[in-house]
Amino acid sequence: MAARLKQWIESGSPFIWLSAGAVSILILMVAGLLLLIAVNGLGHFWPAQIASFAYVDDDGSKIQLAGEFADHELVPLARLPETDSRVPPGQTSVDRFLIKTGNRDFLGLDFRWVLGPAMSNLAYPDEMMAVERREWGNFYGTLVEIKDQTISAGPEVDLWEKMQRQIADSGRIFDQIRHIEKNLIGTINFDMERLRLRERKLELLGIMEAAEHEEISRQGVVLQSRYTQLTDELASLYEQFNRPRFSARLADGTEVELPFASVVHTYRPNSMTIFEKTRFYFHKLWEFVTDEPREANTEGGIFPAVFGTVMMVLLMALIVTPFGVVAAVYLHEYAKQGPLTRLIRIAVNNLAGVPSVVYGLFGLGFFVYFVGGNIDELLFPEVLPTPTFGTPGLMWASLTLALLTVPVVIVATEEGLARVPREIREGSLALGATKAETLWRTVLPMTAPSMMTGLILAIARAAGEVAPLMLVGVVKMAPALPLDGNFPYLHLDRKFMHLGFHIYDVGFQSPNVEAARPLVYATALLLVVIIIVLNMTAIRIRNTLREKYRAAEQQ
Amino acid sequence: MQPNSNNQETSATMTEEQQSIDSGARPERGRTHAMDLNAITRKFGKVTLAEEQECFSVTDFNLYYGEKQALSDISMMIPKKRVTAFIGPSGCGKSTLLRCFNRMNDLIDSVRTTGEVRLHDLDIMDRAVNVAEIRRRVGMVFQKPNPFPKSIFENVAYGLRIQGVRERRKLDQVVEKSLRSAALWDEVKDRLDDNAMGLSGGQQQRLVIARAIAIEPEVLLLDEPASALDPISTLKIEELIYELKTDYTIIIVTHNMQQAARVSDYTAYMYLGKLIEFNDTNTLFTKPRTKMTEDYITGRYG
Repeated sequence: MAARLKQWIESGSPFIWLSAGAVSILILMVAGLLLLIAVNGLGHFWPAQIASFAYVDDDGSKIQLAGEFADHELVPLARLPETDSRVPPGQTSVDRFLIKTGNRDFLGLDFRWVLGPAMSNLAYPDEMMAVERREWGNFYGTLVEIKDQTISAGPEVDLWEKMQRQIADSGRIFDQIRHIEKNLIGTINFDMERLRLRERKLELLGIMEAAEHEEISRQGVVLQSRYTQLTDELASLYEQFNRPRFSARLADGTEVELPFASVVHTYRPNSMTIFEKTRFYFHKLWEFVTDEPREANTEGGIFPAVFGTVMMVLLMALIVTPFGVVAAVYLHEYAKQGPLTRLIRIAVNNLAGVPSVVYGLFGLGFFVYFVGGNIDELLFPEVLPTPTFGTPGLMWASLTLALLTVPVVIVATEEGLARVPREIREGSLALGATKAETLWRTVLPMTAPSMMTGLILAIARAAGEVAPLMLVGVVKMAPALPLDGNFPYLHLDRKFMHLGFHIYDVGFQSPNVEAARPLVYATALLLVVIIIVLNMTAIRIRNTLREKYRAAEQQ
Repeated sequence: MQPNSNNQETSATMTEEQQSIDSGARPERGRTHAMDLNAITRKFGKVTLAEEQECFSVTDFNLYYGEKQALSDISMMIPKKRVTAFIGPSGCGKSTLLRCFNRMNDLIDSVRTTGEVRLHDLDIMDRAVNVAEIRRRVGMVFQKPNPFPKSIFENVAYGLRIQGVRERRKLDQVVEKSLRSAALWDEVKDRLDDNAMGLSGGQQQRLVIARAIAIEPEVLLLDEPASALDPISTLKIEELIYELKTDYTIIIVTHNMQQAARVSDYTAYMYLGKLIEFNDTNTLFTKPRTKMTEDYITGRYG
């Protein structure tokens, strides 16, 4: 037996099992991570059944509750108040359910824990509806009546259908209002600000030409009149928008009146077929990816954060690649190899190990306050004291992350340069090419796959970074995207939203943690997906390049 | 030359070679390797080295790698439009000397030289000389085929593009002419846009030669051009060298003495950084002046 064990050990099998075990654990962990995020995040968009039940409250009073089951736990009796008459004797633990009751404007809280034994008459009435609102969270109740509708529908149309049509109509008005407020008035505001700055600039420069000032005030008047016209239009739209209302009955029987203006959409999950639910699910998922957040980021979509993340990463890639490549070329090709270059290499490698928040601090101190402040004084004196670049923004965030990831690109590019065979360089030099020409025409193209490897690592790191961004440009809620229709289209000075920060913000800074939790998972999933997509794109490009140069490197 | 020396093949081929030269006739070119030995003839009836036109002249040339001296007191004349071979055991400095003719040694930081190397009247070791210009005049082909990972066309056009030629017609012309000169045109004319890495070793080496002659240098330096190739490809390269010497001065470094005997007009034997003997190939291989040379070419070396 001992001999066989010895033989087994000597055969090397234990090591194979050990390493295989390590790999399997890794795979399981990655799969588990993705699965956990996916299940928690994606489940949120499935329309849950709305339960209605009678409940004996803590003080012994009987009430009626309605809502979605959100969570469940088994509580030992020891953790409950000693004399709870609701708990049947002889039990050591009791079921406790988290119910999403919604109706925050009427109940105060939209989540509450209820004890299992105190519940009775559990039912899922078909007519229970959930209303997603622009404020106050979800509403649960039954529809009673529609008042002051803006659409005309005959008596043959039932109440629910009427409500859907009214919501669609209100939605249309809402879109118009949004368009006017955000795009039209936004542009006018932008232009007016530009006019103001032009005037201020003239003032600063001491130019008192009457014609110029006249022109400015003339344009101002035009803008002002357009603005008044739009506000009039808005007022009438708002009047139309706020008029229609509906009344609904809460679980406890009270009747309340709600405006259609606050309704996003409404559904009756208890009477939905599986097909309808699936459609609803994908609709919600799409909304999540493409819509703007509502209610302090706990409802609605995360499009600005997706956009900000991608934008920031792309800008970072645009900055870091030339920077890192040039540095690597100098270090590897031109610098005389000696103690100094060794020192620089050590410094570069150590830079990769500096905690990212330190980079954030550097970015804030150097880029934002020093560089940005000076840019403002030199180029935008008319805007001061309001800072333009002297405040955290997209450009500084990208630059800071570029600085953070530049060591990776340098190291990868240097490795690539070292892999270009000497024969190839000599071949080029022997044809009368100078060193620069050799680099540019032969060596650098052959190094492209390694540069891409560096870039892939840089992207992976930058997309996942949050801490430094909080100091140099990410905000909880950005009023506008960094890319829009107003000249110069790409606004590098604007603050932006970021998925990583969004996760942190919704998960920890949100007023309604319970409601936000699934969104945190969904956001995390999206962040992972975006990083994977970005990486896959880069990897594909690299592999194509690598295929092209493989033969030469293997010589 | 000892007809019954210990080394079987060397001596055998030498004898053959010798016979073909001695006969003075021009046998027709054979198809096989063995036949070809007879076929390669040299055209220099009674011309001696001293009467040749000069291409390079090397005077009291020394080269050091740091403290170590790699070449000492080399003085020689490389004749124009002839094939000159450098032979010698490994580490004797023949490649180092070859790489001086186009300043390739510049790439090594610790190299230091004294003495003169002149290309016609130009002192090419002068610091002020434009190295790229020298390399345009003195092309080089390396031991291992080193085509760029680009298309066949771009490989040949590389030198011209460096010189700023953009005209497609000119490029087309030069590429075709160079590939024809390198006896590669027929094999690649239908796939000029394919990656050069897809060619065989022998084709790659001829491509590299085409690349070198595309910029019309005066001199071609060949650093063991056939050592990484199979016998058939070697034969093709040797035939090519024979063709090219009408237009170019060729200097070839080789480990293969038969090759030196076959392709070169003049041969230099080097040993431990010194030029031991330099003479026309026929004389060097048949009546070596020094014992050292004789030992080496008869295979008694080492």
